Amino acid sequence: MLDLREYQCLGEALRAALDRWSDLLCLVEANRDHENARFTYRQFKDAALPLARALQDAGFQNGTRAAIIMTNQSKWLISAYAIFFSGGVLVPVDYKLTPDEQIQLLAHSKAEFLVVEHHAWKAITQAQTFKALGARVVLVTEAPASADLAGAKRWEEFRGAGEPAFVPRKRTDPACIVYSSGTAGRPKGCVLTHENYLEQCMAVTPIFPFWPGARYLSIIPTNHAIDFMGGFIMPFTGGGTVVHLRTLRPEFIRDAFTRYKITYMAVVPLILTNLQRGLRERFAALSPMKRRVLNALISVNGALTRRRPHLGLSRMLLKDIHQAFGGRLRALLVGGAFTEPSTIAFFHDLGIPIYNGYGCTEACTAITLNDQKPFRPETVGRPVRGMDIRILNPDAGGVGEVAVQSKTVMSHYLGDPEMTAETIVDGWLMTGDLGRLDQSGQLQLFGRKKNMIVTEEGKNIYPEDVEAAFDGIAVKEYCIFAANFLWPARTMVGEQLVIVLHPEAGKAIGGQLVASLAERNRRLLNYKRVSGYVVWEADFPRTASLKIKRAELAEQLRNAIGREAVVPL
Amino acid sequence: MAKYEAMTIDKTTDEVLQLAATHFKVPREQLKADDDFFKTLGINSLQALDLLTRLEQHFHIELPDYELQGVSDFRTLAERIQSRL
Repeated sequence: MLDLREYQCLGEALRAALDRWSDLLCLVEANRDHENARFTYRQFKDAALPLARALQDAGFQNGTRAAIIMTNQSKWLISAYAIFFSGGVLVPVDYKLTPDEQIQLLAHSKAEFLVVEHHAWKAITQAQTFKALGARVVLVTEAPASADLAGAKRWEEFRGAGEPAFVPRKRTDPACIVYSSGTAGRPKGCVLTHENYLEQCMAVTPIFPFWPGARYLSIIPTNHAIDFMGGFIMPFTGGGTVVHLRTLRPEFIRDAFTRYKITYMAVVPLILTNLQRGLRERFAALSPMKRRVLNALISVNGALTRRRPHLGLSRMLLKDIHQAFGGRLRALLVGGAFTEPSTIAFFHDLGIPIYNGYGCTEACTAITLNDQKPFRPETVGRPVRGMDIRILNPDAGGVGEVAVQSKTVMSHYLGDPEMTAETIVDGWLMTGDLGRLDQSGQLQLFGRKKNMIVTEEGKNIYPEDVEAAFDGIAVKEYCIFAANFLWPARTMVGEQLVIVLHPEAGKAIGGQLVASLAERNRRLLNYKRVSGYVVWEADFPRTASLKIKRAELAEQLRNAIGREAVVPL
Repeated sequence: MAKYEAMTIDKTTDEVLQLAATHFKVPREQLKADDDFFKTLGINSLQALDLLTRLEQHFHIELPDYELQGVSDFRTLAERIQSRL
């Protein structure tokens, strides 16, 4: 690992890594069963610097904002490095958002440059709000020769001649603007500094070290803070290799494990439960005798690894399973959302350590990490290095809001001092999550204080952002809440949204309205959908400027009706 | 490939519905073209990718993962397939 205390910015650290490990394998881009490209650190540098030069020739300078909308692939990282090298601020935008949402975030971030994959660009150019796109230079990757690029340039041809100038940045300068959620409502653009990233990297690598030969399989979108750190900054500064896989099909993920002898992979709970389902089906297909032997070995392994993982022992006892994961897997990092302890236990007993963590974009990814020493699947582990955690206003059971102070906490929300002041109070980041620190310093989570949900795919959904989809429905007023905000529940899984409907006087909520709700619901991305509705006959409390007083309305609802009042949509 | 040149969108949709029914073991008559397949089949996005693999094998085409983005009903899925036949 490079000693990151010596560097002022990501561009400087990455530049040192490219020089230090120049002949080592840096990056592989795989797609299904074939390989698109592979780069040594030197080749990566050789691919990025002409791009940096072309960016600079096009007016890119210190502090220029550049967005990336791409699936996981080599051009993502090459572009990001060229941006950091040129002193830019990177805006990673979720490729899974709708084109209109992407345009909104691009406008909010004031990104002047955009690097975008061709299929995403095509969708953006067809969006109703295309004219709102503010980027003055658009670089499109992998466009077919015949494609009309609507004024954009081809990434592959955007190359400058001559050495680009390295533009240094200070530790306190912004490195990235990352949208933790929010599109239509109030975009939450977390401004993360170079120091945030360098400190986060130093905090996590003692648990997830990288070294020449260590390989990380990158499947979580790189715009997600976990993959940006685990699939870019950490492996590069440790001389490791990143393997991009341009599909999430389970059969190709399985194949990539064995083909590339993967050391680490980060996943969201959805992928982990899918892997679990696949393994269970394979076990069920074994003969009764083989199944009995396997179950016995799993039990023995589980018992022998309670205090700490013993990879050598597990690989010996459960050889076939470990071979199916490539034989070199050290851990799966799971984050982005809460993981069921039973799923963690399933993999633990197979000898595949699941390091579950807790974090948020506002804290530059990880706040705690559970290295399973000892095996405690019900917790999210201890705070990583440099992380100070407090439990605010704990109840009799020690449960209160988790607050965090560290050098990894973001600078502010872009253009929103009010929300920044609500979120960072006296230097403490208010996470809005409820937790308890146990006697051994491990954090346990018990639900949320804030009105939001996190999906199994690690998506943060704020109800306000979904409301616009129901604009104009035939009711007097409506409002969307997280069900667990209305009726507090001590759980972090299975969270849902509900819409509260206040009908017009004398009108019932009938079939036509419900059909209209269902239709609008269906137009939302599947993870943003509302699961049911409740009917509320009183006027919503509002501020002088007619905004709904959500907390007050929630309290009225909570006191009057329960979850059983929710009608499924 | 010639077999599919004459396929209409209705025929493609019908085959998508049949394959989905078989793959997820639900009666074919329960599925309709405009159904939200996440809801009707009770599946998540990764299981939907499994279906995409099955459809690729059947229609002898390659569908990148991104073709499923923003798609949640069988008819639109069939349209994406149709455009690649």
